[in-house]
Amino acid sequence: MLVRVAVIVFPGSNCDRDMHHVLTDVFHLQSQLVWHTDELPNNIDAIVLPGGFSYGDRLRAGVIAAHSPAIVSVRKMAEKGIPILGVCNGFQILVESGLLPGALLKNTSLSYICKWTEIIVKNNKTPFTNKFKLNQKIPIAIANGEGRYYADKETLRLLKKNNQIVFTYAEDVNGATMKIAGICNKEGNVVGMMPHPERSAEQIINPRDAKPASMIFKSLLETLGVTA
Amino acid sequence: MSLTPQELDYLQKKIGREPNSVELQIVAAEWSEHCSYKSSKKHLKILPREGKRVISGPGYDSGVLDVGDGYVVTVHIESHNHPSAVEPYGGAATGVGGVIRDILSAGTRPIAILDGLRFGNIEKDTHARWLFKNAVRGIADYGNCLGIPTVGGEIEFDKCFTNYALVDVASVGFGKKERLVQNRADPDDWIVLLGGSTGRDGIGGSQFASDKLESENRSAVQIPDPFIEKLVIEAILEARNQQCIKAMKDLGGGGLSCAISETADALSVGIDLDVSLIHKREQNMSPTELMVSESQERMLVITSSEKLQTLKDICEKLHVPYSIVGQVTNNSMMQIKSQKEIVANLPSNVVANAPLLDRTSSKPKYLENISTIKKPKVPNLSHILLTMLSNPNIASKLWVYTQYDHEVGIRTVIKPGQDASVLRLDNGKFLSVKIDGNSKHCYINPRQGVIGCFDEACRNVICTGATPIGMVDHLQFGNPEDPEIFWTFKESVEGITEYAKYFDIPCVGGKVSLYNETNDGPIKPTPLIGVLGLIEGKPLIPMKAKRNDLIVLVGVTKDELGGSEYYEYVHEITGGRCPTVDMKSSKTIQRTVLEIIHRNLTKAVHDCSKGGLGVSLSELCITNEIGCLVSLDKVPSEKLREDEVLFSESHSRFLLIVDPSKIKNVKSLLEQNKVQHEIIGKFSGKAISFKNKSKMVASVRIDKAQEKWLNSLGLLVSHG
Repeated sequence: MLVRVAVIVFPGSNCDRDMHHVLTDVFHLQSQLVWHTDELPNNIDAIVLPGGFSYGDRLRAGVIAAHSPAIVSVRKMAEKGIPILGVCNGFQILVESGLLPGALLKNTSLSYICKWTEIIVKNNKTPFTNKFKLNQKIPIAIANGEGRYYADKETLRLLKKNNQIVFTYAEDVNGATMKIAGICNKEGNVVGMMPHPERSAEQIINPRDAKPASMIFKSLLETLGVTA
Repeated sequence: MSLTPQELDYLQKKIGREPNSVELQIVAAEWSEHCSYKSSKKHLKILPREGKRVISGPGYDSGVLDVGDGYVVTVHIESHNHPSAVEPYGGAATGVGGVIRDILSAGTRPIAILDGLRFGNIEKDTHARWLFKNAVRGIADYGNCLGIPTVGGEIEFDKCFTNYALVDVASVGFGKKERLVQNRADPDDWIVLLGGSTGRDGIGGSQFASDKLESENRSAVQIPDPFIEKLVIEAILEARNQQCIKAMKDLGGGGLSCAISETADALSVGIDLDVSLIHKREQNMSPTELMVSESQERMLVITSSEKLQTLKDICEKLHVPYSIVGQVTNNSMMQIKSQKEIVANLPSNVVANAPLLDRTSSKPKYLENISTIKKPKVPNLSHILLTMLSNPNIASKLWVYTQYDHEVGIRTVIKPGQDASVLRLDNGKFLSVKIDGNSKHCYINPRQGVIGCFDEACRNVICTGATPIGMVDHLQFGNPEDPEIFWTFKESVEGITEYAKYFDIPCVGGKVSLYNETNDGPIKPTPLIGVLGLIEGKPLIPMKAKRNDLIVLVGVTKDELGGSEYYEYVHEITGGRCPTVDMKSSKTIQRTVLEIIHRNLTKAVHDCSKGGLGVSLSELCITNEIGCLVSLDKVPSEKLREDEVLFSESHSRFLLIVDPSKIKNVKSLLEQNKVQHEIIGKFSGKAISFKNKSKMVASVRIDKAQEKWLNSLGLLVSHG
């Protein structure tokens, strides 16, 4: 079975090629970079919104890209239940487009933070976490300036009730509400996360252990019925 | 802002008439020190530029090195000192942008940024602190947005940089050899200006940078826009893939005046340009303003008639503004029009080649007595070790590099904070990169100082298992019209040449920055050396030291504390004997250490330099979270006091962490090559301890040392 993952490229995306490399060269998926104004190819099995600075973070991170033609198709795919992952700026775009609830604010340090940390799996039912045990830790790279997840009380209540909190940080890295690092929609097929799995899934560049981060991609393979 | 009477005479003779005012401004921009190298060019000729990996071509703005399997790396270094001293955020950001476009000009993708930053005493001087914080933020905002990792660099604070800033940026590119831009042009080819629009920012920037900094000329500082730069990078690389680029040049200092004249001269063609066709951000700009504006994020591309449409399509798809501004001609003139009116018509080789100067030089008087100093009393060394670890020049630069995205591009194998940074390449090899400078050493001995920086940069890449394959230099001095300053410049160039030849490391690029002075006087001589190393096998990724692992010190510790952090920071002494490099023994040491690494006999190697043995060993203990017990009496050294053994900054020394089972092999290799070395102690316990025979000389708890070293810089800047 030919599995195809679309990596959407916005003006200013800068982790698109990294994601493409990991999907194709490390996990041997058929990945395709798709420019934000182009039509999505037919028979797409999953979509990734990569990290970067779409539109230079003008106005607010992700807000302009959220009005891009590609998001119309992403929305349709989301409704169909296709697995969609937004990483870093991709997460910001998903939030700005309303596909995920809450907001991403400036880090409490008011600085960009690039470092290695650990996240904890809080929902292992999503297409990107189904191979994890609950509360399993993942050493992972973070790199963002507006990465502090925020949600009001009511949203938080719903997030908890519907099991939408997917990852939390093991330490308080940026002041995020409940140390949230990643969430999903109610249906669970759309996942957004600030940390970068594509930077963490190869041992040569991961100063700790790359196996846990690689399970994010292996979970996707499992979801799509690919036997590794 | 204008030509000297002699230069004007020369120009008139060359063109056989009076230049008009537009022509005068074009020539003044190009003949500025910044663009023309008129003081330095004669002396730079001695640098060795040939090497088996060096690929040279006409008009390359960056050095190109063959790394095998059809791949090349490119490298370039530049500074943006004057603008950063006035407006640190924009100055530092556009400094990044400029050097990135030089890498792009060769047709390679920029894959790494390194920066060298210098400011006044940030502990006491809040203005210096402001400059520092904003320069770091400028680099972070620009580099992070581009998605090019900032993987390393170095930072120095010294009173000589008060009210000033040195912001040096080096960049590395990577690509396929067959896709290098060939830089050729034929008559009727099109001149396309693409990227950012042209405005009135950065007018006269190159002349501003060619004089001492007296007034805050803000209009000469350019405005950064990393988003446009990112679009330009992708458009250029796509255009390269579709063979749309016959020749290319970045617009930097001197703006279009420089880009047009240098391109026409390098390619031996003429260029007709109509400034009215340029896409602008301001109205009613005069032809002169358009020719000398240094607005950022602009590239000049020469393309054929057949490929023009493809190039336009690429720009439109990727939202990159462009204008088709002229054509290549078969004469050698640069003819500038504004609609139908010819506003300038000059032979490009005259514009591109300023008359060179013969500057006089004389040995500075301050050097006569610099080596004689009164030695300080030996203080409490445990206390001093902690002081040294919290010294902003030595403390961890974590606060800086966590603001830089150093992971994007997923190449960064060895991260910032180590001896050198290592990037993986697509052919399975690894590239190790490091820049080093030391104004304190170079002030005391300009020649030995720069040789030391070169040796240190080589040692740093060797620590990762790499063999040096090329270098770049950035020569920063005060006013070259001062013979004493010019002497230090010449010494520097000669020192670099001597080392480069002895070690067979070609100089593949560089830059000269003069007039680095304020009303308080010139900076100390501050040449910066960047070294690229190649790893054909595996890099040495430091392994964690365990209890009872042995510490081997390679090299000799000498009475060389002149310019050391111990003298300067602790005792406020400027003077003494500056560390010198014995090239023959340094070469043997470097080779032997590389062999030890390649034979997999060591867990980690750390260069012993700034702060000396005391600091280097503390850094190892802190990063490995384990104490050590070291015997100073075992250190191979001249006859020295305890504080001197601890803090001398003698070159050509390495610290090796060796598993006891491998020590025999390590020792026999060192002995075979007659390299002086000793097992000076081992890792154990929770304190960093130095003893002399049976007496304890200094002992500091590891958690205390860690706290000072890791947090000092961050605490300092976050409190104002």
